[in-house]
Amino acid sequence: MSGAGAALVTRNLVAGFENTEVLKGVTVEVPPRGVTALIGPSGCGKSTLLRCFNRMNDHLPGFFRRGEVLVEGRDAYDPSWPLEALRFQVGMVFQKPNPFPLSVRENVLFGPRLAGVSKSDILEEILVRSLTRAQLWDEVKDRLGASALEFSGGQQQRLCIARALASAPGIVLLDEPASALDPIATAKLEETIRELAQEIAVLLVTHNMQQAARVAHRTAFLYLGRLVEEGETTQLFAAPREKLTEEYVTGRFG
Amino acid sequence: MSLVRRWLAEGTAQRWLAGACVMIALTMIGGLVAVVVDVAGRFFWPRPLVEVTLTDGSKVLGEVWDREPDPASPSGTRIRLKVGNRDLSAVDFRWIRHSEIRQESVPADAWLLERQENGNFYGFPRRLEVESGSLAAADPQFRQTLQRMATEAHRLLEEERILLRRVGRQHAPVAKLMALVAGAQRRGVDTRELETRLAAAQAREDDATRPAMKRLVAVREALAQGTLVMGTAEGQEKAIPVATIVRAVPENTLRGWKKLGLYISRWWEFLAGQPRESNTEGGILPAIFGTALMVLLMTVAVVPLGVVTAVYLNEYAREGTFTNAVRLALANLAGVPSIVFGAFGLAFFVYTLGGSIDRLFFADVLPTPTFGTGGILWASLTLALLTLPVVVVATEEGLQAVPQAVRDGARALGATRWQTLRRVVLPYATPGILTGAILAVARGAGEVAPLMLTGVVKLAPSMPFDGIPPFLHLDRKFMHLGFYIYDVGFQSPNVEAGKPMVYAAVLVLLVLVVVLNLAAITLRNRLRRKLRGSAV
Repeated sequence: MSGAGAALVTRNLVAGFENTEVLKGVTVEVPPRGVTALIGPSGCGKSTLLRCFNRMNDHLPGFFRRGEVLVEGRDAYDPSWPLEALRFQVGMVFQKPNPFPLSVRENVLFGPRLAGVSKSDILEEILVRSLTRAQLWDEVKDRLGASALEFSGGQQQRLCIARALASAPGIVLLDEPASALDPIATAKLEETIRELAQEIAVLLVTHNMQQAARVAHRTAFLYLGRLVEEGETTQLFAAPREKLTEEYVTGRFG
Repeated sequence: MSLVRRWLAEGTAQRWLAGACVMIALTMIGGLVAVVVDVAGRFFWPRPLVEVTLTDGSKVLGEVWDREPDPASPSGTRIRLKVGNRDLSAVDFRWIRHSEIRQESVPADAWLLERQENGNFYGFPRRLEVESGSLAAADPQFRQTLQRMATEAHRLLEEERILLRRVGRQHAPVAKLMALVAGAQRRGVDTRELETRLAAAQAREDDATRPAMKRLVAVREALAQGTLVMGTAEGQEKAIPVATIVRAVPENTLRGWKKLGLYISRWWEFLAGQPRESNTEGGILPAIFGTALMVLLMTVAVVPLGVVTAVYLNEYAREGTFTNAVRLALANLAGVPSIVFGAFGLAFFVYTLGGSIDRLFFADVLPTPTFGTGGILWASLTLALLTLPVVVVATEEGLQAVPQAVRDGARALGATRWQTLRRVVLPYATPGILTGAILAVARGAGEVAPLMLTGVVKLAPSMPFDGIPPFLHLDRKFMHLGFYIYDVGFQSPNVEAGKPMVYAAVLVLLVLVVVLNLAAITLRNRLRRKLRGSAV
């Protein structure tokens, strides 16, 4: 992979909280299409790395950072780039479904409304497109006015994806999105993620190696705040270059 | 021994104890409600008029209000008889020992007259006296004629009321000028010009009101016509102008639906009528209205203030000594006796704030105060202060219950802190805010002490909301159910007669608070259902 054209890049990223360094110099690139999985044992810094790209760490007490974070070639921490504008560009979906206590429609249109879109035909188009891309349209098209909280966990999580897609981001960050779902809902979600990755960059944090193997085109293995290995998923699982990677993917620790 | 230990370990004893505590609490609440409902419910129901012949040969007519043990003789009983006829005998009630009674009867021709003045009259109708002559009670036309005269009198009274209002409205410019003159005289300013204007205004008022005044005189003359002559049990006669009779009820001949109709009409008069006889008779509409309006104004004041305070404490302020100090102060505020709030309201709102407003905007009528005296606005604000801690604490709990995941979700979508608060956090916390409002309403509706210093009165000449612009008169004094209960129950010259009115007013206050609470609770539950949805 070459640096130019990558959706997300970090160079020697050191980040942490108070006196603890969580990331100890990570250099990684995420291509503009396809799913990139971040795997590694608990506490290795997967989520912290993910949250550097949309600066969600900034809200946590004692956060510090050194090194570069580039989003579509631009410095994510550039003071002239407003936080809100960055987040329109980088969507995020969390571990547990977190729909707002609003209707399906208002959940999806939350971002566009913040961005100042007010024409009803444009909003309607965004609504349909986002829900279709999140593969939720057929299930909710007759209940767009119903509260988002009336739906199942899997539907809520896909609604959260639709909500993230509504601002037309080039990148979506997924932080263990299937951890609260049952196997059937997980399978459906993974299908959605694969479809999505044909158009935009998806960065997926997961502690489930089977999931990474099923979904991701590329996989990065993080251990104790360092990037151990990064490459094609098939290659990383079948023939890892590093001994540590091999031990982790074969389940000897973690 | 081991049995007892096992019993304790399994918690059986504790469970019974808890159940007993619940029962005690329920019994006390249920007992209170039962007593209130019982006394208030029976009060308006027609009672038989009993004529008692005493051993000395004298006769008394009245309603039996109670039969109770005689404190003078342990085995004997006595009856409490409402004898009314205050204009003749000066006492409303008589206690008669059972041993003094020779005979009790329920005469069919006994009537109860409810009157505008001097309370009830118990007696026997003798005749009607009109200009054209008199009509004996035995005449078949008697009842119809009385009915017709009563209807006519009510029409005239209504006309009198309208005329008085019309005349009163014409008086406003004169009243204003009189206040200006008084103010100018106090200040030693030349008042000649004002007095000329006052004289002109008075002339204009006289001109404008002359036809109405003339008609008023005629109406009053017509009202004085027609009297009902009643005989008492002792044989005295008393002429009562028909216009002063609210209701003439032959109570002993009433049956079934007629009784129920009278009962309902008495309740209606109580709920929708104006008070009479220093509140011991008539209705409590101004008190109901004053209470509801005061609670409403209080809610409008306290909810925004409390919510903003809680939002600042919970969302913006950095946790530390300052926020802890504020929370401690609020918790202590909740424990301050309400009379202290009343004193503060008097000193700060009425004298300081109201006095300043008067000096700035109503200086020309000083020393007559406008806002510098107790009024519904100051009373509401004082109660808002009193209920502030409740709203702040409940709102803070509501805000703390908003999941961090939902806040993060909004931030990750590019919402600023304010947008997250406005669009996600506050809607999510609405049930908590409403809980606070409910508690505030329940607390505020029941407070009396602070109001006594900040604007409540026994009898308000006009309601704080009426048809005269600007419609809502925040400077006016008002009546309140809680104060009505205290005043009629304990400060009234005729406590015995007013007692059932107190119970009825308590019932109305309870119902009012329950209705206000139910409305808010229904709203909250509906929101809560919407917010919780089905579990994730």
